[in-house]
Amino acid sequence: MTHSICLYLAIMAGITYAIRVLPLTLIRRQIRNRFLKSFLYYVPYVTLSVMTYPAILHATQSPLSGAAALAVGIVAAWLGASLFTVSASCCAVVLILELFL
Amino acid sequence: MESKGTGRIMEANQTQPTNQYSRKSLRRKNGRAFLTGMRDGIPIALGYFAVSFSLGIIAKKAGLTPFQGFLASLFTNASAGEYAVFYLIAANATYMEIALITLIANARYMLMSCALSQKLKSDTPTYLRMMLGCTVTDELFGISVARPGALNPFYTYGAFALASPCWAVGTALGIVAGNLLPLRAVSAFGVALYGMFIAIIVPPCRKNHVLAVLIPLCFAASYGASVLPLLSSISSGTRTIILTVAVSAAAAVFFPVNHDEEAES
Repeated sequence: MTHSICLYLAIMAGITYAIRVLPLTLIRRQIRNRFLKSFLYYVPYVTLSVMTYPAILHATQSPLSGAAALAVGIVAAWLGASLFTVSASCCAVVLILELFL
Repeated sequence: MESKGTGRIMEANQTQPTNQYSRKSLRRKNGRAFLTGMRDGIPIALGYFAVSFSLGIIAKKAGLTPFQGFLASLFTNASAGEYAVFYLIAANATYMEIALITLIANARYMLMSCALSQKLKSDTPTYLRMMLGCTVTDELFGISVARPGALNPFYTYGAFALASPCWAVGTALGIVAGNLLPLRAVSAFGVALYGMFIAIIVPPCRKNHVLAVLIPLCFAASYGASVLPLLSSISSGTRTIILTVAVSAAAAVFFPVNHDEEAES
């Protein structure tokens, strides 16, 4: 059976949009429950951490340059560098290191 | 804490202006938020461009035309979700399978959207919420929750207005010219997104010691889950959800946040 690529894409876009928009439109109030509030407070940090490591090691051609980018990024962010600076220094480290690796 | 009644009236004045003057100042405020968002969206847009280029290479294998790739990325804006779907399209999967994989790979957006709903003023109108729904991606969500105080959705729209076209054009270009970009450049751009994540998760650790312990723990747990026999066989999107729910719930039980900490976030 052949499938229509356009229909595939429409299914993907429709479901993705529903996932994103439903909580935003349905949850109207500030949640008062302390557990839920705390849970939602931690979600962004946990989810971004989980997605960063170990994935950053596989994003580059060599895990070493990925690890170096992670270390440099953490130090730069800790020292208060902006979003753009942190991101750019990670890229620069990889670019330079992979000249040698 | 101020009385509830006054707060509600003040909020109502901000989003439903009664006279010309306040409408104008509101528009100016939203415009400024939009521009700030565009500025913060620059690194995201660059990272998107590079990542979506490699996404385009996979889309080509699935048989998408550049225009289809452009539309797919413009309307879906999901990295892992699109990857998974393109792979399945290449394997001539059923519509049901596509629906399921989309649901699984993108379920984390539902958590993010829940968290984002708490950053909005409660009287934010529905159409603004529906527009904000288009913009929930890992990166745009990241910079949006990092805003101090309540989120002005126009900030996120600004970043989205820059980042989303880059994502879509990058996908189309990846389909057209798959292997033109040197590997080293792809490799370097590839960490741009992670650099942004780091810039979001690390600074709050200086003040919040729970986060300072929690984040390295997340790294360890995530690494563990990627190598442990049972967990590593699950897709990375599902692993992200399981870990996010488990770790956040545990943290919420053992270290519930008080009011001050939340005001800082």
